[in-house]
Amino acid sequence: MALKLTDVRTDLHNDWCSGCGDFGIEASLQMALTEMNVELHRVVIFSGIGCHGKIVHWTNTFGIHTLHGRTLPFAQGAKLANPELEVVAIGGDGDGYGIGAGHFVHAGRRNVDMTYIVHDNGVYGLTKGQASPTQKLGEQTKSLPQPNINSAVNPIMLALAAGYTFIARSYAFDNRHLKDTIKRAVAHRGMALVDVLQPCPTYNDIETKAFYSGEDRPDPATHRPVPRVYDIEKTGYKPLVTKEMTNEDVDKKTLEVIRISNEWGDRIPIGVFYQNENVPTYEDRIIGRIPSYVDRPPAIQRIQLENNKSAVDLPRLWKELIISG
Amino acid sequence: MGPAWQREVSRVSTKVVNELNWMIGGAQGSGVDLSASSFARSCVLAGLWVYGTREYYSNIKGLHSYFEIRTSDRQIRSKVDEVDLLAAFDAETLVRHADVVNPTGGIVYDPAVSQTPIEKVDTLYKDEARQIQVRLAQEGLGSDVGAILEEAKRRGVKLFPVPYGTLVQEVAKRLGTSELARLNRIINVLAVSVSLSLLGLDRSYMKESVRQAFSASRKQKLVDMNLAGVDRAYEFAEEKFGERGLPVSLAPIQNGPRMFVVGNQAVALGKMAGGCRLQTYYPITPASDESEFLEAHENFALLGDGSDDGKGSIVVVQTEDEIAAITMAIGGALTGTRAATSTSGPGFSLMVEGMGWAGMNEVPLVITLYQRGGPSTGMPTRTEQGDLKFVLNASHGESPRIVLCSGDMEECFYDAFRAMNYAERYQLPVIHLVDKGLANSNMTILPPDPKLVDIGRGKLILAGDHGALQGEEYRRFAPAEDGISPRAVLGLKGYRFWNTGDEHDELGHINENSENRIKMMKKRMTKLETADREIPTAEKVSFYPAKGRPDVTLVSWGSSKGAILEGMELLERRGIKAEFLQIRLASPFPAQVVRERLSGSELIVDIEQNYSAQMAAVIAEKAQINIKHKVVKFNGRPISLNEVYDSIRLIMARPEANERVILTHGA
Ligand SMILES: Cc1ncc(C[n+]2csc(CCOP(=O)(O)OP(=O)(O)O)c2C)c(N)n1
Ligand code: SF4
Ligand SMILES: [Mg+2]
Repeated sequence: MALKLTDVRTDLHNDWCSGCGDFGIEASLQMALTEMNVELHRVVIFSGIGCHGKIVHWTNTFGIHTLHGRTLPFAQGAKLANPELEVVAIGGDGDGYGIGAGHFVHAGRRNVDMTYIVHDNGVYGLTKGQASPTQKLGEQTKSLPQPNINSAVNPIMLALAAGYTFIARSYAFDNRHLKDTIKRAVAHRGMALVDVLQPCPTYNDIETKAFYSGEDRPDPATHRPVPRVYDIEKTGYKPLVTKEMTNEDVDKKTLEVIRISNEWGDRIPIGVFYQNENVPTYEDRIIGRIPSYVDRPPAIQRIQLENNKSAVDLPRLWKELIISG
Repeated sequence: MGPAWQREVSRVSTKVVNELNWMIGGAQGSGVDLSASSFARSCVLAGLWVYGTREYYSNIKGLHSYFEIRTSDRQIRSKVDEVDLLAAFDAETLVRHADVVNPTGGIVYDPAVSQTPIEKVDTLYKDEARQIQVRLAQEGLGSDVGAILEEAKRRGVKLFPVPYGTLVQEVAKRLGTSELARLNRIINVLAVSVSLSLLGLDRSYMKESVRQAFSASRKQKLVDMNLAGVDRAYEFAEEKFGERGLPVSLAPIQNGPRMFVVGNQAVALGKMAGGCRLQTYYPITPASDESEFLEAHENFALLGDGSDDGKGSIVVVQTEDEIAAITMAIGGALTGTRAATSTSGPGFSLMVEGMGWAGMNEVPLVITLYQRGGPSTGMPTRTEQGDLKFVLNASHGESPRIVLCSGDMEECFYDAFRAMNYAERYQLPVIHLVDKGLANSNMTILPPDPKLVDIGRGKLILAGDHGALQGEEYRRFAPAEDGISPRAVLGLKGYRFWNTGDEHDELGHINENSENRIKMMKKRMTKLETADREIPTAEKVSFYPAKGRPDVTLVSWGSSKGAILEGMELLERRGIKAEFLQIRLASPFPAQVVRERLSGSELIVDIEQNYSAQMAAVIAEKAQINIKHKVVKFNGRPISLNEVYDSIRLIMARPEANERVILTHGA
């Protein structure tokens, strides 16, 4: 039975501001789930605290609205305990690259097979528009009393350095691109980041929808706006790291990711920057040490006997501690 | 209360066979731990019971550490102040500990260090060195280690100089090797062997102990080297000190199999037995040893029930910090996995927000908290019972939690097991409070009996169990008389739910409606009343009656238990009858039993290892009993049975003058 969009939506009142990019992300995520036709009971979505965090309440899957910045460890815990689950973590840019930055880095090192989508709006939406870690140096969005004097973090470069094996950026109002990117991220075997440029019409009056779609710069010939966002994969860029590539090839790719991801202003790249499925996932690494993890991960283990006694063969376990007189 | 040897009770026991306390000290990293465990193992192999405590600095190499091993022919569970035999191979050990050696006891030492001036023992704090110099001067003694030895000798202590260097060379010659650098490591074995020889224990026990200690390394050469060391040390001691023996001695006894365990291991075993299959942690003293033990035993055998190949496992994840540790464990717990994390004070401080989330979303989670000297980094390697009030109130707002306090190794095991049950039965975080004193002490116990505890999963909805659903939408937080709703887990078909740290409705969606808020707060807090009703009294408190009408009622919790029980025996010999109420469940607080137990008592003394007598304050708040007399200890060293004895006598002699006694023993 194919899933319909109505299957993956709840009927709760959505309280995002009208015109918020979060709507685009929500729709794309739900469409992606529908098109992937996953068994909904296997899907768990985790979110952080911020406007973005409410997305789980609008979505009809298991939805865990966690703490500010802690989405990733919550999500990894669930995935490692039960790898059968399809785990998607959702964060805000303040949430994920600010207070949760430590977790962001370490999730890359582990390469758990899951997806992380970040609503990147340049501001702390829910606390009324303070600068987020991706707001550019010198910018002054609407509610800042003074210009921002921190440099912006580049999430793509950070993810690359941390070891993410799928690194993409998309745009909240490019539904098709975002939906397809999410599907690719979910299908990827390993830790996938999708950083989503998300207009916040209420607090970010710089990186607006009009800015991303280039409404201030019409094509002289057609008078149609020339979007600033462009899809790097449509320019012939290939994100895939293959087994056949030499170290030099990989280095070259790394440098390209750095170069392209630093573009901003008139040309803002979206697309998959990097994908490498040759890195063992954390689950693979656990199996290397615990072979029975393959079919009996923590969530599916027998812990008690018929008579409710512990299933562990304790005398065998503690043999080394027993001394006879 | 002055130095141990000046006090009235100079020996706990008047027995001379199989009742003694041995101490070894040296620089951290020089093998003190190994020496202590081979001494203890020798005793256990000889059928005896041991209780060992380890003191060390937050340092890897060079600073002073020492181990005390108490041994007896009956089970013992606490430390004593006096040392019967002190083994040292450095100057600092003598300077720091010679004063606790019993006047009838002895010191094994390296004569090469006796010329060392006190000020050259550069790991002594400057003030410590000065104080010692002043003391020696007052006694008309010099200012070197020899003076310390002389001081001990004047008190009657016997001195046993052992030229370790010469013995090492002799062993080298015997083995035909010139690897002196490596051979130097057998100094540990020499010190232990000389000690055991002086105590009259046959060398076969030490040899077996050495074999077992090195069995993992599979280096025959290493074993041979150490065995040769044992022989040479025994020969030397018999030859030199043969007739100058000590009054105390060791003799093998018949005994059955016993478990020789440290607190960390007892907790780990209890967790595994109790079904824990995911443990997260961020390294911290004194908690990480537990996680490392779990990781070392991540694959284990299950008792067969024919349904699988009997392979069990626990996934241990070292996280980036304690915030990740607790939230990752919560994520795991949401899948139905029994999950736990383990930490100490600084780590728990970081976990608090996560714990509140688990309380809000009714997630079963076990947090093992190894208390250490606080606040801040405090004294990482020293013990304290300073976190009781913190854990009772940790996290903003009000959320339910169960707090269990273990008093000894056996309780560490059973409580760790039960914590897993409580978490799942009441769907909330359970804090298992232990401390460094338990974590790093070793002790012989009878192997726990796993048949004494059942695994109970509470209202967990299992796959294929559609009872709760009946065609309706699943409501994770459905109202229930006892506050506990049927709990589905992530991935269970037909049981979709939401969680949020925001106040929420029955489905788990954000809801700030006033009635809903009241309903949900009541639901969560009601679970504590349910727990209070259901948990048997025996798991809430332990009561140890006096033999006859009690003169004094002692109240305590956690690791003070052992010293109190043994201190009581000593008091009894002096005609003081004491009863003891040990509080094991701090939340929900067993107010009624505590009130009943204490309301008839004429003299109540609260004993605990913190500054402000935290449990006494909790008792006052919850059970409305004001305990006037408090014995507290917060110098980071575990309480000894002598201190219990002395402080109770002090209070009984002059109750008005001694409402608050501060204990100070331990180097
Ligand atoms: C520990 C903690 N500190 C601060 C907050 C307050 N807070 C709520 S949302 C938020 C920022 C949200 O910004 P972002 O993550 O970018 O999400 P957005 O609202 O933009 O989607 C903050 C700081 C909190 N909830 N928890
Ligand atoms: S504040 Fe910004 S991010 Fe938040 S809902 Fe409104 S528009 Fe969206
Ligand atoms: Mg934001």
